[in-house]
Order: sequence, then structure tokens, then C-alpha cells
Amino acid sequence: MAAPYDLKDDSVVVIIGSGAGGGTLGNELAQKGIDVVILEAGARHEYEDFINDEWDSFGQLAWVDKRTTSGDWRVAKDFPNLPAWIVKSVGGSTVHWAGASLRFQEHEFKDLTHYGKIEGANLLDWPITLAELEPYYAKAEDKMGVTRTNGIEGLPGNNNFKVLKAGADKLGYKECHTGNMAINSADRDDRMSCQQTGFCFQGCKWGAKWSTLYTEIPKGEATGKLEVRPNSMVQKIEHDKSGKVTGVVYIDKDGKQQLQKARIVAVAGNSIESPRLLLNSESSMFKDGMANSSGQVGRNYMRHTTGSVYGIFEKPVHMYRGTTMAGIIRDEARHDPSRGFVGGYEMETLSLGLPFMAAFLDPGGWGRSFTSALDQYSNMAGLWIVGEDMPQENNRITLHKDEKDKHGMPIANVNFSDHPNDIAMRDHAYKQGVALYEAVGATRAFPTPPYPSTHNLGTNRMSEKAQDGVVNKHGQSHDIKNLFVSDGSQFTTGGAENPTLTIVSLAIRQADYIAKEMAAKAI
Amino acid sequence: MVTIFNRKAAPPGRVEKSGISRRDLLKRGGTLSLGALLVISGNAIIHPQAAWGLETSNLKPETMASLLQLARDIYPHDQIPDRFYAIAIKAYDTKAGTDADHKKLIEDGIANLDQKAGKGGYIGLSWEDDRLALLRGIEETPFFQTVRGGLVTGLYNQKDIWPYFGYEGESYSKGGYIARGFDDIEWL
Ligand SMILES: Cc1cc2nc3c(=O)[nH]c(=O)nc-3n(C[C@H](O)[C@H](O)[C@H](O)COP(=O)(O)OP(=O)(O)OC[C@H]3O[C@@H](n4cnc5c(N)ncnc54)[C@H](O)[C@@H]3O)c2cc1C
Ligand code: SF4
Repeated sequence: MAAPYDLKDDSVVVIIGSGAGGGTLGNELAQKGIDVVILEAGARHEYEDFINDEWDSFGQLAWVDKRTTSGDWRVAKDFPNLPAWIVKSVGGSTVHWAGASLRFQEHEFKDLTHYGKIEGANLLDWPITLAELEPYYAKAEDKMGVTRTNGIEGLPGNNNFKVLKAGADKLGYKECHTGNMAINSADRDDRMSCQQTGFCFQGCKWGAKWSTLYTEIPKGEATGKLEVRPNSMVQKIEHDKSGKVTGVVYIDKDGKQQLQKARIVAVAGNSIESPRLLLNSESSMFKDGMANSSGQVGRNYMRHTTGSVYGIFEKPVHMYRGTTMAGIIRDEARHDPSRGFVGGYEMETLSLGLPFMAAFLDPGGWGRSFTSALDQYSNMAGLWIVGEDMPQENNRITLHKDEKDKHGMPIANVNFSDHPNDIAMRDHAYKQGVALYEAVGATRAFPTPPYPSTHNLGTNRMSEKAQDGVVNKHGQSHDIKNLFVSDGSQFTTGGAENPTLTIVSLAIRQADYIAKEMAAKAI
Repeated sequence: MVTIFNRKAAPPGRVEKSGISRRDLLKRGGTLSLGALLVISGNAIIHPQAAWGLETSNLKPETMASLLQLARDIYPHDQIPDRFYAIAIKAYDTKAGTDADHKKLIEDGIANLDQKAGKGGYIGLSWEDDRLALLRGIEETPFFQTVRGGLVTGLYNQKDIWPYFGYEGESYSKGGYIARGFDDIEWL
């Protein structure tokens, strides 16, 4: 079982965060016999503890510590202290996530090459190619049990999917199915199959949906090489005179400050907390924050170009029954500048329960145009748009100048404004979504604005050259050899695809690299 | 007792079965004009036909009655009985007990609406359009935003309200929807 490591043990790999990136890396390293301590800010809630109730579940799992916002995005007005909807709990956002697991397209690793220079966008090619990542994608799909890969059947289509599919057929879309989902369509990996409960965002009480919480983490613990320490919020990474990292300072479950020594530190706190931590780890040697010689830590924050479209029909749909996001149309994901923007977007089924629908339908909205839509809740179908957004230098995470959390660490500000390409893409997607539902007979169809970010990316990006980014193609800091970034903040660009499969693939690949470098005594 | 809310044209289907009869109220010494649906008695607002009452502890009962109308105007669902709105606005009364600023915000906000409405106050405006015209003038104010923002959860997060919208809520204990209609759509 879980091996408790000593605070002074400087042979361990310390991973900060237990989500898609951190949880996967932890297990992969433990499987190779490497000693790992995962420090996780949130508590440990097992799947029987999950709650089929949107707000109660949000209270149980979500990261609600205060953040601030700026920029012209609507979230800054509607949810000024909730820029992102992500998790603070063992398992990270893989507890909330919907399970959509897509590979990037080849060109999406080489945006600068394919899209060219775009004004206002800080585009860059990834230092890796699709071909290099493919073997890891295959491993990740197997690990996560992604449907329509490895001979795993697709999930059955629910009502919301059937409406989407009917609309897709009418519009002549060719690639529409129930998705590549990390949700069991049959029992697999000692986890049961999806029972169509419809609370995927609230944590899957059946364990049908992959989450590091009940896959990677217990498997790693079973090796005796992994300790997960919940309620442990890391504040600062320490280094020695040579600039190598030596350990991390964290607040433990009793509110006491501790220092955990480390041979290697891997940061995987998601794209707001990871740069916050690096920026807060400034010292006389690293005046602008750790690993920040490029000045890119915290910059190029991406959140995908999102939005939703709902259609109201004469007859019932009951979209909330069954898997939340098992339905996709991929035809618009291609790069086709004739549409007036670069990159592409996916359309995926989405449903919210009534309480979240009321909160997100038109935040700040009121009156009969709002309520008459809600009155038709049971006759509604919904889809979510997820498209590639442009990295911009000034879309960034910074440390708040005055406000600190309860342990004295400056809180994060998230600044975001849409790039014109984001807006053109979103408008196109809104039109297609409305047309799709109207084609099936919707009496009313309407777009809704982006929610607080669920996909947070890019704030410690990978680059070939040290001057352009924070980490190299293995997620290793350009500046500090024994410091790694292991979450979505490594993304050089965001692609049109939901990010988690790529995060997990990168973590598996990183584990191989770390093990090799450790064996070679290079780190 | 003061009659504070006079919704004349409530269609019969919308009003729930009576628990406290009008006679009961009259016996307690109130006066009641014909057609009144809400009355104030002491520190409570009472809905005689639908048999519920709401005790106020910190806000004036008249304020609570106005808040109820305001809540209905912000999120009008004609199929939803008043009592759900009453439960939603009770939260403002509770908070007023511990937060003096909040109390002032609400009392002043309602007083301002009443004053703008003229004789009879906000709830004296019997046409929804007239009330909405007033609300559009104040929708950016902290008062309006506080009331509206609170209702988003205060109203829509009441489990008992969900069936009115056809939302079925918790489903794990029933084994999910795998055998309960996740793919039962017929009209496509
Ligand atoms: C509602 C919802 C639906 C989603 N659906 C999908 C989907 O269908 N497909 C998809 O690909 N993606 C989806 N996502 C996104 C996906 O969950 C994330 O992209 C992914 O989990 C990010 O992985 P990560 O490792 O970067 O961070 P996370 O998984 O968020 O993990 C970060 C962890 O680090 C912890 N942490 C942060 N700071 C510290 C600190 N200083 N000290 C200690 N611990 C810290 C956090 O508490 C958290 O547990 C969804 C997300 C949400 C919220
Ligand atoms: S719909 Fe399936 S995956 Fe989603 S929570 Fe229910 S059982 Fe889990």
C-alpha cells in the first residue's frame, strides 16, 4: 500500500497536483519503481462520496479559492471570481470531466507552419509531431479505455445525441457518432460500464468514466512507490545555489507549513495554479519567477473557443438523461481558412441540469425571454462548441498585487480577451449549431456564452528554443533540469480537441524520459 | 393586518387548495379586500389560499411582499406557485439579520422602487409592463443584481421546483437512465 515518505527524503520525485497530468505521471513513475510523493491541495473524495446534485457537487469538488479576472471576456463580468470551473480534489479535473478523448490533428502541432503569422497571436510550432506522440496516444487510449479505439465499442446514443445526429444528417455532416469517450461501454479494467446516469460532471458514481482518482492513483499506490498527500497546498519551490530545485514548501492538512525535499519536482496544478506557483517561487536568483528566463510563464493562456447552442422542440427530448457528452460532429474541426478563420472546432453534445442551466444560459439575464427558454427545459437539446483559440501574450496569469489567500500566497489574476479569430470561429459555430437544430424542427434555437473555463492551457508552453517558451519537448524546464511541467500548461497551442487525452499521453511520455534521465544520472 | 398584495386575476388553476380559509383570517381580526392573495399579519406574509405563510425576522413584511413580486418579475414562471419564490426570498431576510449593509441595500432598494412607482408603490402597479419599465431603469444597480443573483440558486436550486420544469434530478439511486428512457425519443 501507499508508502509514506519522509519529509527529508531527497530521493523522491515530488508531483504537485493529482489530476490528468500529475496522477498519470505519478502512477507511470511508480510502475517503474521510482519513489513518488504527490502533493494535492484538495481532499480525497472516493466515488461513493460523489453527489448527483450540481451545486452540492460543485461545493464538494470545485476549486473555489478566490481568483480575479480582467480582459474583455464575458466571464470577467459574469463570474469575476470564478474564471475557471476546475477541481480541487484528489483526481483533479478528471473527477469533473466528461470523458471526450480526441487526438490532435497533425497540423495542430505545427500551427505557425500551417496558419502563418497572425497579428496579435503568439503562434509557435510544437517541438514534437503527431508521429512522435502517436505511440503514447495509443497507450493513453488503452489505459483510459477510450471508445472506438482498441476494439472498444462506442457508447449507445442518448436522446440528446439522437437530435444532434438527425441535425448533422440534415446539414450533410459526415463524421458524427457517440464520440471517443474514456467511459466504459462494457466492463473493463475492473470498472463497470456506463449506466447513463447523466451526472458525468459531478463525478461518476459508478466509476465507468476514467479518472486518475480510481485508476492511476490506486494502481500507483499498490506498487508501494507512491504516496498521495491530500490537503497539501504547495506555495513555493525551493532551489540551491546552482539553481537546481531541492524541494517544495507546502501547507499541510493541519495548516502547518512543511518542507518536502525532492530530487525532481513536477508541476501539474492546471494552467492557472502551475504558473502561479512558478511566479511565486521567485528568488534573488530567479527574480521574475522560476523557470521564467523567457518571460513566458503565465502567458499564452488559452481556454478554447467555446460556447453552446440549445434548441427547443415541440416535443420532449430529456437531454439530461444519459452520458453528458457522448456525441460529436467532427466535420468543422478541419483547418479551412475559407470559413474566415484559421483552425477548426468540434461540436459535442452537452446537457446541464436545471440549476446549472439557470446559472449559465445567459448569466445576468432575466425576464421572460430567459424564463420562457427554461420553461422548455425538457424539450431542449444542447451542444457545446470547442475550437482552437489563439495564444496571445497578454492573455495571462499574474500574481495579484494586493490580495493573498489565507496562507499568504498572492492569488492569481486571469486576464483574457478574445482574438478576432476566436470571435469569427465562435460566430461560425453558433450559426451552424442554430442551423442544425432548426433543421430538425426547433421552434427556437439560441447560443449561450462561454462558461468559466474548463479547458485551461498554455501558460508554461513547450518550445524548441529556450527564448520562446518555458519547457522543452519533454516538459522539462529549459532553465532547470530537474524541474518539469506535467499538465495542460505545456501546450504550445490548443488544437480543436478536448485536451485531456493529450495531457495523459504527454505524461506517459514524460515518465519514460524522467526514468531514462534518472538512470543516466543526468537529473 | 394590512392587505399588501392584490393579484386580482389569478386563474383558478394556479391557486392551490386552500388550507387557511379566508374566514379563518377574518376571524383573527383582519380585514381583507376581495381578491387579495397575500396578506400581512404581524410580521408574516400569508398566502391564505395556498396555505403558506412566511415569517419575516429582519426585513419589514411589506418589503418581503414587494420582494416576492420583484422575484416573480425577474424570473417569471407562471406555472410556479408563490411559495417557491417566498422560500427564495427568505434568504435575504435571514442575511439581513447578520449583515446590516445587506439589510439597508434591500430596504432602500425596495423603498426606491416604491417611490418611483408612485402612489400604491411597486406592488400597486398591476401591469407587468409597468413594473418591468421600472426594473429596466435599475437593472445595473447593486440592489437589483443582489436580488437577481441570489434567485439563480435560491429559486432554481430548490429540488421541489424541478418537476415543474421536467427535470428529474438525482438518478444514481434509481440505477441511472439505462433502463429509464435515456434513448426513448420517438418523434425524430
Ligand atoms: C466540467 C468539466 C468537463 C470537462 N470535460 C472534458 C472532456 O470531456 N474532455 C477533456 O479532454 N477534458 C475535459 N475537461 C478538462 C480536463 O478535466 C482538464 O483539461 C484536465 O483534467 C487538466 O489536467 P491537469 O493535469 O492540467 O489539471 P487538473 O486535472 O485540474 O489537476 C490539477 C490538480 O492540481 C491541484 N493543485 C493545483 N495547485 C496546487 C498546489 N499549489 N499544490 C497542490 N496541488 C495543487 C488541484 O487541486 C488539482 O487537483 C473538463 C473539465 C471540466 C471541469
Ligand atoms: S452517464 Fe455514465 S459516465 Fe456519466 S456519470 Fe453516469 S455512469 Fe458515469
